[in-house]
Amino acid sequence: MSDSDGRPRPALKLPGANALGTLLGSPKAQLGFAIVMVFVLAAVFAAALAPGDPKKYVGRPNQPPSAQFLLGTNPQGKDVFRQLVWGSRLSLLIGFGSAVLMTLIAVVVGMVAGFYRGVVDDALNFVMNLFLVIPGLPLLVLLSAYLKPGTATIIFALAITGWAFNGRIIRAQTMSLREKDFVAAAVVSGEPGLSIIFVHILPNMVNIIVGGFIGAVTYGIMASTGLAFLGLANTADVTWGTNLFWAQNGGALMIGAWWAFMPSGLAVALVAFGLALINYGMDEITNPRLIAERNILRVLWKARLPLMRATPVVPHEH
Amino acid sequence: MRYILRRLGFYLAALVVAITINFFLPRLLPGDPAAVILGTSAAKLTPENLRAVREALGLSDAPLIQQYGLYLAHLLRGDFGLSYTYFPTPVTKVIANGFVWTLLLGSVSLLLSFALGNLIGIYGSWRRGGLVDTVFPPLLIFIGSFPAFFLALGLLYAFGVKLDWLPISHAYNNRLPSGFNLPFLLSVLEHMVLPATTSVLLGIGGWALGMRNVMVSVLADDYVTMAEAKGLKQIRVMFVYAARNALLPGVTGFGIALGAILSGQVLIETVFSYPGLGFLLINAVNGRDYPLMQGLFMMITIGILAANFLVDILYTWLDPRVRTG
Repeated sequence: MSDSDGRPRPALKLPGANALGTLLGSPKAQLGFAIVMVFVLAAVFAAALAPGDPKKYVGRPNQPPSAQFLLGTNPQGKDVFRQLVWGSRLSLLIGFGSAVLMTLIAVVVGMVAGFYRGVVDDALNFVMNLFLVIPGLPLLVLLSAYLKPGTATIIFALAITGWAFNGRIIRAQTMSLREKDFVAAAVVSGEPGLSIIFVHILPNMVNIIVGGFIGAVTYGIMASTGLAFLGLANTADVTWGTNLFWAQNGGALMIGAWWAFMPSGLAVALVAFGLALINYGMDEITNPRLIAERNILRVLWKARLPLMRATPVVPHEH
Repeated sequence: MRYILRRLGFYLAALVVAITINFFLPRLLPGDPAAVILGTSAAKLTPENLRAVREALGLSDAPLIQQYGLYLAHLLRGDFGLSYTYFPTPVTKVIANGFVWTLLLGSVSLLLSFALGNLIGIYGSWRRGGLVDTVFPPLLIFIGSFPAFFLALGLLYAFGVKLDWLPISHAYNNRLPSGFNLPFLLSVLEHMVLPATTSVLLGIGGWALGMRNVMVSVLADDYVTMAEAKGLKQIRVMFVYAARNALLPGVTGFGIALGAILSGQVLIETVFSYPGLGFLLINAVNGRDYPLMQGLFMMITIGILAANFLVDILYTWLDPRVRTG
C-alpha cells in the first residue's frame, strides 16, 4: 500500500475540481478502471474487434475454442467470441443507462428530502424506505412479465427498483451538510432552496454521488443479466445475460461446453469487480477513518509490533 | 413501545402500497388485460373458472375504485384464485408449499453467512494486516462479483455433474417417504448443500467487510483499551467487549440483506429447481400463470415486511437507546 505523497489529504476540496484525481488516486482504483475500460473499448470497437453478425449461425454447434472460432461455438452454432464482444454493448448500455436514471432520481429525492425538514422530508423518506423494503428482483420479474421486454423497459424497471439505496445515503449526507456555515450563509443571503441544494450542496458531495453511481452500474448489469438469464429479457437481443440464457437453454453445461458459459459470465464478474475496486480505492482516499487506519498499520509494521491484539501493545523489554 | 408502533405503522403502509402495486400491474398489460390473461391459457379453463379468475384479480367493467374494493375483499379472505399451471390447486396452497422451502434455505444460508462473515470480520480486525485481513477482503469481493446464477451453475457443474457428489436439483429425494425420519431429513440436507453454499459465498463478503470496518473503530474506543489494560483475556476483549457492540450496525443491515438474499435466491432456486417461492415465481411467469404470480409477489413482500419488523423488535432489545429515543 503506497501512495504517492504518503500524506492524507483533506476530504473536502474545491467543488468537483479534483474529481478525477479522487476517482483514480489509488492503485486499486486504477486497476479497476483499467478492467472496466477494456470492456468499454470492446463495446465501442465491436465492429473492428469481432466483425460479423453475432446472431449468425457460423458452424457446427458446441465446437471448442479453435483458431477459426476463438472461443468456440455455442449450442445454437453461433460464434461465442462475437457474442461476448457484441454483448458488451447492450449490457454496458443497460448498466450505465439505468445507473444514470437511478442516480438522477436518488440525487433529486435524497437531496430535497435531506434539505427540507418536516412534511417534505417525512413523505420522501417514507417513499425511500418503501422502495428499500419492497423486494427488488421479484418486482423486476413481475414488471418484465407484464411489460413488453426491451432495452428501454429494462432500464426503466431497474431504475424504479434500484434508486432508493443511494437516495438514503444522499439524504443523510445532505442533512449533515445542511448544518454547515456556507449553507447558512446562502440561506441568509436569500437564495431559493433549490439553488442552495444544487449549486452549493451538490458539488460538495460529488464523491458520494459518484460512489453511488458506480454501485448502481453494478446493480444494473447484475440484475439485467439475471433477468435475461431467466428468459425475461428480449431473447433476440445480444447481451451477456441472453448469451448465458441461450447457453443454458441449449444445455451447454451438461454437454461440458464450458466455453459457451465462461466468457459472458466472467465478463459480468470482471466488470462488477472492476467497479467495486474503483469504489474501494476511492473510499481509501476520501474516508478519513481508512486514512488513519492505514497510518496506524504503517506504524505497527515499522515497529514490528505483534498483530494479534485488540489494542497494540509494546512488548516489555527485559 | 412507541418506536415499535411507529415501525408497525410503516410496515402496514408499505403493505397497502404493495397491494396497490399488485392491483395495478395487470392493468399495465396492453389492451384488455383480462383478454390477454385469459387468452393465454383459456384452453384449460371453463367459463366458470374464468369468472373466478377475473374476480380474484378484480378485473371487471366496474369503476376502478370498485374493482379495488373487490380485490381487497378477496385478498382479506386469502383468496388468490386458482393456479393455471398447477390447476385446479388454489394459489394459496401452492404458495404454502413453496414457502416452507424458501424459509428453510433462506434462513440456513442467512445464518451461516452472518455467522461466518462476522467471524472472519472479527478475526481480520484482530490480526489487522495479517493473512486473513489481506487475503479475504479482495477474494470475497471477487466472488461476490459473480452473478448468483453463474456461481450456482459453476457449483452445479463441478460438484453435481463432474464429481457427482451432490444432487443437482429438487429439495429432497422423492422416492423416500416424507416426514420426520432420518433418511428423508438427510436427503433434505444433501439437497440443500449446493444452493446454500452458493448463497453463503455471495453473502459472506458483505458481512465480513462490514464487521471488520466497524470492529476497527470499536477497538479504538476507550473501554476496549481499558479492558486490555485490566489484563483481560484477548478472546474476552474481542467477543464480549468489542464484537458485541460492533454487531449493532450489522443487525440494521439484516433487514436490507434479507431482500438481497431473497433476490439472489430466486436465481439460485431456479438453477437448482429448488421448489421455493423464487422457483415457483419464475415458473409462473414462464407459464403465464398470472394468479400465482400475483399471489407470490404478495407473499414474498409480506414475508420481507414481517422479517424486517422482527429485526426492528430485535434491535430495540439489543440497543436500549432505541427504546428510550
